[in-house]
Amino acid sequence: MERDDLIVNDSYSVNARHSDEEGVKIRKNLYFVTILLTVITVIEIFMGVYFKRNATFTWEAIKLTFIILTLVKAGYIVLEFMHLGGERRNLKYVVLLPYAIFIMYLIFIGIFEGVSVQEMNNSFR
Amino acid sequence: MSGHANAVSKEELWGGGQSPFSISYGKMMMWFFLVSDALTFGGLLTAYGVIRHGLTEPWPVGEQVFESLPGLHGSYPLIYVALMTFILIISSVTMVLAVEAGHRMDKKGVVKWLGYTIIGGFFFLGSQAWEWSHFIHGSGGGFQTAQPISINTVNEKGENVPMQLATGTWVHMTPEMGHAYEHALEGGHSVKLDGSSIVISHTHSGDGHGHADAHAGAGHAEAAPAESQTVELDLILNKYVLERKDGQDIRKMSVKGEEAVKLWNAMSPNTLAFGANMSKNEYGPQQYADFFFFITGFHGFHVFQGVLINIIVWLMAIRGVFEKRGHYEMVEKIGLFWHFVDLVWVFVFTFYYLV
Repeated sequence: MERDDLIVNDSYSVNARHSDEEGVKIRKNLYFVTILLTVITVIEIFMGVYFKRNATFTWEAIKLTFIILTLVKAGYIVLEFMHLGGERRNLKYVVLLPYAIFIMYLIFIGIFEGVSVQEMNNSFR
Repeated sequence: MSGHANAVSKEELWGGGQSPFSISYGKMMMWFFLVSDALTFGGLLTAYGVIRHGLTEPWPVGEQVFESLPGLHGSYPLIYVALMTFILIISSVTMVLAVEAGHRMDKKGVVKWLGYTIIGGFFFLGSQAWEWSHFIHGSGGGFQTAQPISINTVNEKGENVPMQLATGTWVHMTPEMGHAYEHALEGGHSVKLDGSSIVISHTHSGDGHGHADAHAGAGHAEAAPAESQTVELDLILNKYVLERKDGQDIRKMSVKGEEAVKLWNAMSPNTLAFGANMSKNEYGPQQYADFFFFITGFHGFHVFQGVLINIIVWLMAIRGVFEKRGHYEMVEKIGLFWHFVDLVWVFVFTFYYLV
């Protein structure tokens, strides 16, 4: 069957193979990531249940911790599970940079807008 | 492992005739699709953030809204969501093991691990169905006050806590009381306040409602006196929001007796809500329910698609299509999609349930 969705041939896909010994190593790494993700999730649950939210510095710090833990989880999923960490550097940048730039701008503009809407609601109530 | 082996010069890499990223066309396009899909979810979550920041009324607290487990009474904050998160993470792991097996051309391994992934996907979808059902039915319902009101409540230690409630403060009913009241309203029965209880008379209101009673009544004597049910007012303040006063936790303050009558009389009738739908909800701001339906619904739809595609690829693997093709890259591509779904859930979990 002639395939037209691959450049030249299936070489990239065929070369993606690895041996049984390499497989053992890769799986070991995957189990490590699994345990790490599970532990982070459990920590998040404990934090969510036991820390009460106040409009104080403490809750802001806890919120920041949640976001950092989430980004760590996301990083492991993208780089290890989706194997972006093992791809060529240019692919990494093509995927991550445009996304990071757009979404950081969106978050900045969105939260800024939300906060000023609230200020307006508060002052014209 | 693609991407390591070749130290190719720039000219050769970008000169045409091969992929500058050293991956196949299909995999690259899957990555680009995922970037665009991630922007969609990023946009949704940011919109949620905008609305949440813009509101002046308190936003419901995740661990107070999501604290039920199927078939159990009591409070288990976030445990069910944690379980769902765990199911999705584990199904992500089985998927990555299927990809790994594919790289060793291990057909049996691929079929096994992909099969587990599909089962995990179904478990997640089932969990989400239960959660939606629970969210829609609610736990007792509630209403908002029509005017400012000051009442005395009693905290867990038995101390008196006077509270000033502004107009539009949410007051909730306990599940027992709320469900009885909801039933009475749906059945068109008459509800009267008597002392600190409501009396529900199971009468035929004549407007076509209460058909359940009409059927039941057919066998009995028509002239039987109307059954009535007395339910004590049992209200809760700050059920879904966290409030503190003088350093004291004043969540879930139970209100009964005379004080409850005051609250009941202050009810603004058209704010009465049981559970949630697209125009009313008992949890607080309407946007809370709307974003819940939209974000978790859109994510759940992705999971559903993922399961469907996984099943197709699983059947192809069983039939030996990929063995004939010489590589299991299709498993890798759907794996990318499946991990992406897990990735989105990680963010939904943090921003909808935790923060």
